[in-house]
Amino acid sequence: MKQLYLLVIVVILSCQDRKNDKAEVAIIDEVAATTELEIYDYSGLEQFLTRKDEKTYVVNFWATWCAPCVKEMPYFEKLNAEYKNRGIEVILVSLDFPKQYDTKLKPFIKNKNLQSKVVVLDDPDANSWIPKISEDWSGSIPATLIYNKEKRQFYEQSFNFDELESEVKQFLK
Amino acid sequence: MKTLKTLLAFVAILTLSAFTPVHNGYHIGDIATDFKLENIDGRMVSLADYEDAKGFIVIFTCNTCPYAQAYEDRIVALDEKYADKGYPVIAIMPNNVDVQPGDNMEAMKARAKERGFTFPYLMDAGQKIYPQYGATKTPHVYILQKTKKGNEVKYIGAIDDNSRDASAVNTRYVENAVDALLAGKPIKETETKAIGCSIKV
Repeated sequence: MKQLYLLVIVVILSCQDRKNDKAEVAIIDEVAATTELEIYDYSGLEQFLTRKDEKTYVVNFWATWCAPCVKEMPYFEKLNAEYKNRGIEVILVSLDFPKQYDTKLKPFIKNKNLQSKVVVLDDPDANSWIPKISEDWSGSIPATLIYNKEKRQFYEQSFNFDELESEVKQFLK
Repeated sequence: MKTLKTLLAFVAILTLSAFTPVHNGYHIGDIATDFKLENIDGRMVSLADYEDAKGFIVIFTCNTCPYAQAYEDRIVALDEKYADKGYPVIAIMPNNVDVQPGDNMEAMKARAKERGFTFPYLMDAGQKIYPQYGATKTPHVYILQKTKKGNEVKYIGAIDDNSRDASAVNTRYVENAVDALLAGKPIKETETKAIGCSIKV
């Protein structure tokens, strides 16, 4: 009798597990269906790296699997929020793998409620485009490009908010 | 007066050099340092141990980086293809394991077993070696050729031109470079770039 109880409990638990899994899959599917990504190859991305208007652009290269990128993400969000009225625009360029767009990237954008512009670079031949973004870039992320029509600087490093703010201030007159 | 000027110039140079990075890592043609690092089998491994080698495919890599993971099978294939020809793969894990515990020695042993590594997988304990090479990310390849002067750096960069899909690769940089060395021909592309995970310090 005791064994039967156990069996019933195990069966109930395993059913619940399956229900949770299904619910989770459903949520991911919903996020995947309702979140639109802007996906470019390098020639498509170039427009975001070469603007010649009055703004200063802070272009951060990141991915959901890159722990230091995720760690510094709030500083870029904060910068975008506090400085957007002073001519600063943050652009977050995701280098996530295409197979993780629905499972990782879209849920990340939604869960973190990212307000900065997010674009996705899908261009496997990195050796062709890394030097075009900066000759100094070895290819590690996080990496950030800050530029305006007069000045351009590349940073292959992580930032905290103070460091980021002080770099950006050098671009504001 | 002249001595004063010389002195001032000397001070100026000293001051300037204090602010420029002393070492940016190896360039093509530099002689790479040897090392003595612990392997996953507990032995200490040096390049000097490989008396019969013609050179080495030194790869800074780790367990946890998705790009490093994407290349595991291809790194095993490189070792299988080139170890017998005199260019064995020597993999070095450069991350600080306090920051990235998933790369500690126990995890390295497990990963190597799981993925069937055929080559040494060494821990850069104290992170002394990767800065001398100038590695910034995983994976990051240095091909060395044994010469009378020492192990000369012949190639720096990526394994091939498609990190995420081995079947879509067009150019195999490392294979091309080693093939050229074996044939005594110049290497066409000596430096290439790829996206990778920053080395955790």
